[in-house]
Amino acid sequence: MTGRRALLRFLFCFALVCFAITSTAAFSQSGGELRFCLRSEPKTFDPLLVDDDSSLSIRYLTGGVLVRANRKTQDLEPELAESWKVSKDGKQITFKLRHGITFSDGSPFFSEDVAFTMQRLMDPALHSSTGDAFRSGSGAVTTKIIAPDQIAITFAAPLAGLERLFDQVAVMSAHSPKKEAAVLGPFLVAEYKAGSSVLLRRNPNYWKKDSQGHRLPYLDSIRLDIQSNRDVEMLRFKRGELDLINILDSDYFDRLAASSPGLAHDAGASLDSDFMWFNQVASAPIPEYKRAWFRSANFRRAISQAINREDLSRVVFNGHAQPAVGPVSPANKFWFNSNLKAEPYRPDSALKRLQADGFHLQNGSLFDKSGNAVEFSIVTNAGSKPRERMAVMVQADLGKLGIKVNVVTLDFPSLIERISQKFNYEAAMLGFRNVDLDPNGQMNIWLSSAENHAWNPQQKSPETVWEAEIDRLMRAQASTADPKKRKESFDRVQEIAAEQVPFIYLVNQNALSAVSSAVEGANPGILSPQTFWNAERLTLNASTRASR
Amino acid sequence: MQRERMSAARKLACVVVVAVCAVSLGANWLAPAGYAKQFREAPSAPPSRQHLLGTDEVGRDRFARVLYGTRISLLLAPAAALVSTGLAALVGGLAGYLGGIWLRLARGFTDLFLSLPWLFLLITVRALLPLNVSPLVSVLITFLILGLLGWAASARVLSTSADALRNSDFVLQARASGLHGPRLFLVHVLPNLKPVLYAQFWISIPVFILSEANLGILGLGVAEPLPSWGSLLRELEGLISFREEPWRLMPLLLLIVVMTSFQMLLSNEEVTA
Repeated sequence: MTGRRALLRFLFCFALVCFAITSTAAFSQSGGELRFCLRSEPKTFDPLLVDDDSSLSIRYLTGGVLVRANRKTQDLEPELAESWKVSKDGKQITFKLRHGITFSDGSPFFSEDVAFTMQRLMDPALHSSTGDAFRSGSGAVTTKIIAPDQIAITFAAPLAGLERLFDQVAVMSAHSPKKEAAVLGPFLVAEYKAGSSVLLRRNPNYWKKDSQGHRLPYLDSIRLDIQSNRDVEMLRFKRGELDLINILDSDYFDRLAASSPGLAHDAGASLDSDFMWFNQVASAPIPEYKRAWFRSANFRRAISQAINREDLSRVVFNGHAQPAVGPVSPANKFWFNSNLKAEPYRPDSALKRLQADGFHLQNGSLFDKSGNAVEFSIVTNAGSKPRERMAVMVQADLGKLGIKVNVVTLDFPSLIERISQKFNYEAAMLGFRNVDLDPNGQMNIWLSSAENHAWNPQQKSPETVWEAEIDRLMRAQASTADPKKRKESFDRVQEIAAEQVPFIYLVNQNALSAVSSAVEGANPGILSPQTFWNAERLTLNASTRASR
Repeated sequence: MQRERMSAARKLACVVVVAVCAVSLGANWLAPAGYAKQFREAPSAPPSRQHLLGTDEVGRDRFARVLYGTRISLLLAPAAALVSTGLAALVGGLAGYLGGIWLRLARGFTDLFLSLPWLFLLITVRALLPLNVSPLVSVLITFLILGLLGWAASARVLSTSADALRNSDFVLQARASGLHGPRLFLVHVLPNLKPVLYAQFWISIPVFILSEANLGILGLGVAEPLPSWGSLLRELEGLISFREEPWRLMPLLLLIVVMTSFQMLLSNEEVTA
């Protein structure tokens, strides 16, 4: 008996020790500080006003959403809402919310907060580009609190893919005095040093747990250094000071792949595109004759034909890109209009088009019918070498047509101010980081009343017939749940975009990223944010945690 | 022997400066292609018989760009340094010579000028300038701004030197001899400030070249496709590739050689100053 008791005691103690060891091992999975760079100053911490990459990253890491599109599987997953139901007419969505969730400041989460968020988001005075995606028809958006954990949101017209749009809506607290600082996401903004860094700390009240019952996120904090210089970013990554590079330049990708193949990830063609456009705003402070050029579809099409996209892909991106066709990347297999092809390089055809509009060559320079020399500036953001190189190559291509192009690189805030507020520019070159496969994600670009209708934003009514047609088609595709009808409408939008060329699409880059061997659990994909879409489940290895 | 060795060094420096100037002036004949010509079939190419220093990321001949960039920087950086040193002499030299309240006022003003947030002011300057300026105008504007803004540090040094001269024995003797006002300043003070002025002038040149490179980030630098030493040095931001592509260091090497030669051209007195 004594021996049996001793054996039992031994087994009990052994079990205790095993439990302690496994608990320690599990605990040791927590902690550490992940570090990576934001490439520009975040414009806002207000999740409803976000429209730049840096603010988007911060919103993704701090904002709690009702539903989340899984960046790898592209399926919709429940988050703050445990279930949802869309009405048959597609106008109403009802969410059933999770219980016992609190904001980072301790204030409770109820349907009242969702109602507050939606009302604020749809307030026209806010000018929210996120809110533009919900504008399917004229009329107000109403919210009805059915119970503290249940809310119905009704729209003026049916919205296709409605539930997917809520992936972009970070819920704000209706009552917290901390306003947007009270968050429901895995991290919260703990410190912001303008021009230097943003420190995110683990949200102690985050609701999600892993399959073992451990509270997420695993990381203690994320340090986001504001660094527009990609060379410095790469250097710091190689030194082990940074753990992730979300979007990698192709030349660095090749070098990294050659030296450390395990750290470089090419997820294939991305949804992102680089493009340029001309300023068509009626009130813009540019000469009237230039506005006439920029408003001519023939002129825009000629410029598009005079740009050698194959060279851009090969020279600037070392082949890690492909000539862009239009607003949808070929990687988006369902929504891409496969009847369209990238505009081939045809300088002769471009010149003929220009001559048809009264332009003529004189001593190697192009002049319009009034005798004005064709000259314009292209603004782009400083620090982006691929974009600077593309601008230089476009400058050379257009130079062959006798067009003088001045390339101007500006710091990002100045650039955004010029293109979205003062409209004091002639042409701009930028890129869109698409976060959604669904065309509804592009409502804030294509609607003539939208904030991001870059060439002529916030029109009270469409200024051209083709913009009115795009408005109609975009609203039509957003108002029906029939995928075939939606596809037909959006295919036509892509055709109009190819005919009218409001954006001159240049290239679709591949999704290239770098992940340090210190990071565990990373699984880069093509959808933004490529490397940290599962940030709440990322961990750092023991040696890295110990060294920081 | 010492004098001979120094003299030989100065001769060598003189030969280097003249050679660099001559080669850059002959860029039209020596360069294998225009500075903007893109050889798109050979981007980032290593040195070859066709491209002596290889090509840049969009396939432009680096040797041609170094030649044309040298011409621009060697002409405009000294011009900007001349403007800033002239302003420094005017403000610092006069204040030091006059002394008293003028000296205190000038020092306060230069301190205030040095403490201004130039980055933000330059962003404002960029906002005031039109976007559609040709590369040549952009380069002139850039160096003019550098010249007009870069005088404060030199003025501080000069005011201290002029202050010391004001109380020196020979100036007191000149005053006792009845020499006053502008004549005393021009005949006795300014010539003795010459070594300091030269030193400040030569120091300013590389500073302005590097500043021009940095201004590119604000859209104020030399616009594409025109090359300058500053824009060529910006290529060196890719520090990781030094071992793989040492020829990319050529603009930096050239800058060091030319600046060292300029320094060696200074007389002993100027070096001491």
